[in-house]
Amino acid sequence: MLRYTLTRLASLAISLLVASAVIFLVVEVAPGDPAAYMLGLNAQPDTVAALRAELGLDVSRPERYLDWLGGMLTGDFGVSYTYRTPVAQMIADRLWVSLPLALYALTLSTCIAFPAGLLAASRRGKAADIGVTAATQLGVAVPNFWFAMLLVLLFAINLGWFSAGGFPGWDDPLAALKALTLPAIALALPQAAILTRVMRSSLLDTLGEDYIRTARAKGLSRGQVLWRHALRNALIPVLTIIGLQFSFLLAGAIIIEQVFFLPGLGRLIFQAISQRDLIVVESVVMLLVFAVITVNFAVDLAYAAADPRLRTRR
Amino acid sequence: MRRPFLSLAAAAALVAGPAAAQQSDLTIALQLEPPHLDPTSAAAGAIDSVLYANVFEGLTRFGADGGILPGLAERWEVSDDGLTYTFDLRDGVTFHDGTAMNAEDVKFTLDRARAEDSANAQKALFEDIAEVTAPDPQTVRITLSQPNGALPFNLAWGDAVIVAPESIDAIKQAPVGTGPFRFEEWVQGDRIELARYADYWGEAPALEAATFKFISDPTAAFAAMMAQDIDAFAGYPAPENLPQFEADPRFQVLVGSTEGETILAMNNGQPPFDNALVRAAVAHAINRQDIIDGAMFGLGTPIGTHFAPHNPDYLDLMDFSPFDPEKARALLAEAGFADGFTTTLKLPPPSYARRGGEIVGAQLRAVGIETEITNLEWAQWLEEVFRGKDFGLTIVSHTEPADINIYARPDYYFQYDNPDFQALMKELSATSDMAARTELLHQAQRMIAEDHVNAYLFQLAFPTVADARLRGLWENQPTQATDLTGVSWAE
Repeated sequence: MLRYTLTRLASLAISLLVASAVIFLVVEVAPGDPAAYMLGLNAQPDTVAALRAELGLDVSRPERYLDWLGGMLTGDFGVSYTYRTPVAQMIADRLWVSLPLALYALTLSTCIAFPAGLLAASRRGKAADIGVTAATQLGVAVPNFWFAMLLVLLFAINLGWFSAGGFPGWDDPLAALKALTLPAIALALPQAAILTRVMRSSLLDTLGEDYIRTARAKGLSRGQVLWRHALRNALIPVLTIIGLQFSFLLAGAIIIEQVFFLPGLGRLIFQAISQRDLIVVESVVMLLVFAVITVNFAVDLAYAAADPRLRTRR
Repeated sequence: MRRPFLSLAAAAALVAGPAAAQQSDLTIALQLEPPHLDPTSAAAGAIDSVLYANVFEGLTRFGADGGILPGLAERWEVSDDGLTYTFDLRDGVTFHDGTAMNAEDVKFTLDRARAEDSANAQKALFEDIAEVTAPDPQTVRITLSQPNGALPFNLAWGDAVIVAPESIDAIKQAPVGTGPFRFEEWVQGDRIELARYADYWGEAPALEAATFKFISDPTAAFAAMMAQDIDAFAGYPAPENLPQFEADPRFQVLVGSTEGETILAMNNGQPPFDNALVRAAVAHAINRQDIIDGAMFGLGTPIGTHFAPHNPDYLDLMDFSPFDPEKARALLAEAGFADGFTTTLKLPPPSYARRGGEIVGAQLRAVGIETEITNLEWAQWLEEVFRGKDFGLTIVSHTEPADINIYARPDYYFQYDNPDFQALMKELSATSDMAARTELLHQAQRMIAEDHVNAYLFQLAFPTVADARLRGLWENQPTQATDLTGVSWAE
């Protein structure tokens, strides 16, 4: 197991290094100079040059790459070109919106998908199953930003129960949660639809296994079999999907953050790209890559712990 | 069955809170968030939109009508040779950190702006300043290297506001100015809060606090306004919704003008647009009203030259380029392009360019000019079009006030190189007599309209949607600003 862990760790480090190089190259190659962007149409060339020097952009690319890489190893992500604040600080601020939003949406989607999937699987072919399946079809098909607009129209404009967007900060946790509710619902429903479908089919697969028939033969009722035997075994693919959805929710809420004008990670990266705040783009993307790769690493280890065959196979 | 609904509604009413007695705070939204809060080292108009006249003030300032008013300087005198300006500063002006504002601060500000390593986006405004001295704490003397009648105008820009050496290092995050509002807090990505400054030298504003929110998405802007999360939206980004707000008694809609001349710029340095006949053909192929109606939902004033129609010195020169496709085709044939030609049309992100570009493309096709449309981000546009001059046509709005002098810069992106025009601009900056300046400005407008340097489309409008009870918001944008000093709530 130790040997396996070490090889996985080495491949993790190599993946991160390669990712950092790719990210740096792609972002730097995109046309557009942050200094020229900031100074606009009337700036004189010498002013742009002065600002480039002030921002440290007059240094060669390989040197900047090494600076950035070395800084990240010590937790220093550099200073944003446009905002002029430490990138680490900006990311931390935005995570306080994006992370709770992702967790909120994930909780909602799980709370919807579990009962719905169970219901559909246990009533296979009956009206409830057909109803749930139809609803999930709709849920998968509806784009989340459009659904978000409908929510705003109904709950913010017509009923006035929620504000149309914005984020008051965590000083008042209830107000903060309330502000995240509509965005979380908009994010959660399409995810819930996918999760319900996975849950249903996974349960149905498990219900067809031999050990389920044996359990039934022992005299357990359908419900007991479903709860005690099928659910636990059907959960593995569901948990995998939940893991994938979490990283999607963290990184993929860009459009929802725009619709609800939330100061999250997605909006930060969106603004940074248009302002050519290269160092912010690079660092945020790197952070997301790091999150995904580490989650995969943890999943690999978990699989290996569960299935000894994986440890020896290369 | 009705109970749960009722209790929900009651809970919502509780959350909404009781109606305030007399409101003295304001939440106003803007589309763009400032990158940082130093108006003297970035071009971003969003910085001025939040801070100009609210937090920072200059020696002079723009009034709501675009006129130049005294700011921190109570009055000024010009020497007979036009080379020395003496500014008398107001008494009792303090920065928000409590320190006094004096002539040394002004000297520091102007020397910083014109220094060699200055990051001031409008450094050209200070080009003619040879020396700034502070003979006493209340007097500033500016000596020019050549007469420049536009100095008081130049000093009114947001890029010339007075800053203090003590607070300059932190200015990008915590700006300290002399205005009626002091900076309170910036939650990046969300809002900036200002609060009334008790020791302001002038008349205290009616508002005690103001919050600027940043909402870039037009749909979100509509929702926030309709849900009354915000009291006003300055520079409302979705003109198609304006009739809906106009019809709603809860709101008022103001449509003002800006300094933004929206032009179809042509690359004068490259064939075929180095040929005046081709440029004239393009100018005649354009139907301005169709573009305003189609791309801007009717908002915008057609222009015939690079000058703001609300400016007293404006000349209506649309007769030089009326919509006349027949004539456009004839001009093209005369220039040797009887079968037309193909060129590029590169469009930056704003809707005036993206939506306008489609219409311009169709209008040009009608006279035989095919355009290959490319949509660019701003950073790309600056690199390719503005710096690289790699374009045939582009659409852009020039939002700097009174910027006709860009036509005197042969290396400017549209590359108009006319020695007569350059001489005219030299003469203009050396002239301080108002009548003479007007005459020179008329000549300049006529020259570029006659040469069809660019096709002049329309003056960008500035729509504001606000709560019907709000008073005193700026309708026009003589400079990018949201001056809250005169804003109040009606009873």
